[in-house]
Amino acid sequence: MNIIPQFRSGRRLGKVNVPTVTLAHGGGGKAMKDLIDDVFVAAFDNADLAPLEDQARFDLASIAAHGDRLAFTTDSFVVDPLQFPGGDIGKLAVCGTINDLAVGGARPLYLSCAVIIEEGVTIDLMREIARSMAASARAAGVEIVTGDTKVVHKGACDKLFITTTGIGAIREGLNLGAHLARPGDVVLVNGLLGDHGAAILGARGDMALETPIESDCAALHELIATLLAAAPGTRAMRDATRGGLATVLNEIAAASNVTIEIDETATPIREEVKGFCEILGLDPLYLANEGKIVVIVPAEEADAALAAFRAHPLGQLAAAIGRVNEGEAGRVTMKTGFGGRRIVDMLVGEQLPRIC
Amino acid sequence: MKYIDEFRDREKAQVLVKEIEALVKTIPLAKERPIHIMEVCGGHTHSIFRYGVEGMLPREIELVHGPGCPVCVLPMGRVDDCVAIAERPEVIFTTFGDAMRVPGSKKSLMQAKGDGADIRMVYSPMDALELARKNPDREVVFFGIGFETTMPSTALTVLQAEAEGITNFSVFCNHITIVPTIKAILDSPDLHLDGFLGPGHVSMVIGTAPYEFIARFYKKPMVVAGFEPLDVLQSIWMVLKQIKEGRADIENQYQRVVPEDGNAAALDAVAEVYELREFFEWRGLGSIDHSGVKLRDKYARFDAERKFAIPNVKIADPKSCQCGEVLKGVIKPWQCKLFGSACTPETPLGALMVSTEGACSAYYQYGSLKAEAKAEVDAA
Repeated sequence: MNIIPQFRSGRRLGKVNVPTVTLAHGGGGKAMKDLIDDVFVAAFDNADLAPLEDQARFDLASIAAHGDRLAFTTDSFVVDPLQFPGGDIGKLAVCGTINDLAVGGARPLYLSCAVIIEEGVTIDLMREIARSMAASARAAGVEIVTGDTKVVHKGACDKLFITTTGIGAIREGLNLGAHLARPGDVVLVNGLLGDHGAAILGARGDMALETPIESDCAALHELIATLLAAAPGTRAMRDATRGGLATVLNEIAAASNVTIEIDETATPIREEVKGFCEILGLDPLYLANEGKIVVIVPAEEADAALAAFRAHPLGQLAAAIGRVNEGEAGRVTMKTGFGGRRIVDMLVGEQLPRIC
Repeated sequence: MKYIDEFRDREKAQVLVKEIEALVKTIPLAKERPIHIMEVCGGHTHSIFRYGVEGMLPREIELVHGPGCPVCVLPMGRVDDCVAIAERPEVIFTTFGDAMRVPGSKKSLMQAKGDGADIRMVYSPMDALELARKNPDREVVFFGIGFETTMPSTALTVLQAEAEGITNFSVFCNHITIVPTIKAILDSPDLHLDGFLGPGHVSMVIGTAPYEFIARFYKKPMVVAGFEPLDVLQSIWMVLKQIKEGRADIENQYQRVVPEDGNAAALDAVAEVYELREFFEWRGLGSIDHSGVKLRDKYARFDAERKFAIPNVKIADPKSCQCGEVLKGVIKPWQCKLFGSACTPETPLGALMVSTEGACSAYYQYGSLKAEAKAEVDAA
């Protein structure tokens, strides 16, 4: 953290006494130290962050105790609105990076948190979001150990952007990869799809639709650990974030040179999400999730994997939705509930609502 | 979803498919060549691909995906006009979502937005009017697009703007009418169509009487169809039944929504606000007489074409595009030389690749497993 050395000595936490973030809070001086202390250090408080050096330092042996490979990932979060039913940008930034580590089989250990704040954002909102990040990290057993704060002119960013980077360790023998799906494998998901995408679209308010749908934002590493214990032969795992289920299936089918066929009637989607998509002309297969993973397991481990999912609170509505087949590499098809078949392709760009 | 799932019932679908298979076997024409049925409306095309309806039909039936996607048939010159209006600094340009990606000769609205134009997606022209109320120092322009389905809502918004005395709202009117277009297709010398699925939502507004000429003069059956997959199957069955009995009538499968006389209030608003243009340019089909509407002189102050200087330059379709032939059912999308190579949903050249309702884009995105199976057989 870019803290002027003289501030390091005191360790008396600073306090912000103005209602909003201004450019002064990004200037590297006392105002910035106060903002960092008041908002971030107060919330994230932990032994590794406390020294406020320019970098966090770890004992390598303590990381190596968790596995034989380091997992390292980063993700930026620019969600609008910042707070939405079921979460906020802070929770999202912590859970998202934890999940990116966990789907590789890693145990998440440490996170960084870099924020870009547009001047004018209220200090109260910043405190709330930092507390939300801290609570999510604590619940997940992960520490936020380093960070950075920038403030930019009005209009140079949209309120608040957060980038989190994560470090984890992958235990020996575990080797997951999107290229490892084999014909005969079974496709599982851990629950209802499309909630996050629908919740965000609803929360933006420009659809004039009131929805009871909440984001599914959650850290999945414990669920994944349970799954991997029950189904050690698990081949591939991805979190179905942007682009939704359809995009992940396409990625796996392409990487593994296989065809994947899913069954519409087996694919769990909330009635409210179906209705939401129906009205807006959207396809729930492409809606984002923040607490859902797509897992490819060998057929003989499918029942055990499903049982492990369902025994966990974040996997109660898990389902086997399809199968990996031989065939044209990279193709994803769906048996429709109506009795037909369709191709489920990658989206070209953003999903655009249809006129009529 | 209540009142929707009932129309997506797999068991009823299987019964209907069996009925269709049995019926088509009794039609002599089907032994000589496939029966070509055109669904006029892009909504039907979407439904057919979304539920995999085409693959459930017997080989003797071929669906031809018609011109009823208003986004697809918008010519490049009009998109250029949109961009020119949208790039004026005082303008907030409002549009339905799927019009964002339609290519102009230089850029789409999506690209113009990226270049800094204030372009916003709305779900209703009333949302655009609300923007005008909230931004009195800006000019809010609504991109009016669509057939008779969306025409009344634009008209009612203009009437509302007038009632409120709002002066910073206008419509860039690209509304088009379905009947002259069907007539243009029927007049085409290379026509191969045996019957039509009529547009459900358009008919909700205009009723079924305007189609009578199709039965009377062109002797083609038409069934106005709903948009759920069972509606589509039942309507196909009804068209086949007419062919089998040698009839050509206008029938209404979508009675739960479409009144025979249409919607009087909607038609009144349309008649009050618009008048027919002498002709309108369609991407893929060329100029069609009386196929578009514009705002009447009485509402000129709400007409973006008169409020702003627009380039109004006609841009010819790319020469190698075969959209017209696909639209008329002369060739299938994948038989076009550009399909999937020069023309893809990422970089659409032709009209039909632009929106997911366009026949080519639908084939590209959802695929036609049946068509592929056929192509393999043909190749062998």
